[in-house]
Amino acid sequence: MAEEFHSSQPIYLQIMERVCQQIVRKELAPGAKLPSVREMALTFGVNPNTIQRTYQELERMEVALAKRGQGTFVTEDTAKLMNLKRDMQKQIIQSYVNNLRELGFSNEEMKQGLSQFLKEDHDD
Amino acid sequence: MIEFHKVNKKYGFNHVLKDISFTIRPGKIIGLVGPNGSGKSTILKLISGLTYPSSGEVSVLGEPANRRIASKVIYLTEADSFYPSFTVKDMLNFYESQFADFEQVKAMELLQFMNLNDSVKIRSLSKGNRGRLKLVLALARRAPILLLDEPFSGLDPMVRDTLVQGLLSFIDFEKQTVLMATHEIEEVETVLDELIMIEDGRFLGQYHVETIREEKGLSIKEWMKETYKG
Repeated sequence: MAEEFHSSQPIYLQIMERVCQQIVRKELAPGAKLPSVREMALTFGVNPNTIQRTYQELERMEVALAKRGQGTFVTEDTAKLMNLKRDMQKQIIQSYVNNLRELGFSNEEMKQGLSQFLKEDHDD
Repeated sequence: MIEFHKVNKKYGFNHVLKDISFTIRPGKIIGLVGPNGSGKSTILKLISGLTYPSSGEVSVLGEPANRRIASKVIYLTEADSFYPSFTVKDMLNFYESQFADFEQVKAMELLQFMNLNDSVKIRSLSKGNRGRLKLVLALARRAPILLLDEPFSGLDPMVRDTLVQGLLSFIDFEKQTVLMATHEIEEVETVLDELIMIEDGRFLGQYHVETIREEKGLSIKEWMKETYKG
């Protein structure tokens, strides 16, 4: 199989997440056409109905829109794309905060830890 | 559309299917799962009209299932039914002579996809390549119902991958419905729409695989382990 999934999570959500990442990274530019359902199904080695569901979900989030007879396209609405970017950031921060909170870190310690890490992380 | 209504099947004193009812809607890939001897193959034989229910009804595309249904049902059995002295090409020609919906062009595309040489004799094909050829013959037909009985059994992971890719590339999802009896569930988890579970000839349930992942947070394999234990 071309791609691996966590078998304990819905696959349509996992694919949706990957598409959203590509959109945020601008690998899929605003207004770009998404691959056809069949192409996607083959790339990921999943049922086309699963991809259909992914696309429906992306439309519901208004990140993508279907044009009749043409396919599905990334939205060109920059506000919507900003929202997506912010939502994804928020999700990651949320899990960072949750994990540290579980270990008993205070908010102040978290902030310090993060800025310390960023200072030392010269790769960036 | 395939419909089982209160189907019982007995072979002598052996009660292999017990009051089974379910409906399969078109355009789906459905996994038929259950331990060995639970009645999976009998269900496939009933749909293909190779055997009849002792009581109850089996209907396929609105008609009762009988031998005439063979033109609408593709049945890939677990056993090989090849003539060893035939070449791959002979086998394709034989299928073309037997099934009006067999498409040579599609068969050739499939051979290429599966990396099979059509001049090779069947007897010199490896087990993996015989598995591939079986799927080529099945997918080269246009019939609306495709039944696969343990299509992956005894095949290595590489072969399984090409078979799964072959299914995804060549099934016409608008027109074909696939029912696949298997116990190698992790190979096909990602391509299934639904699961029908049976045990000891009884219907346990019919489930959307994505719903299981969503609601239980388990892979299908893990969830089946729990279900069959309980």
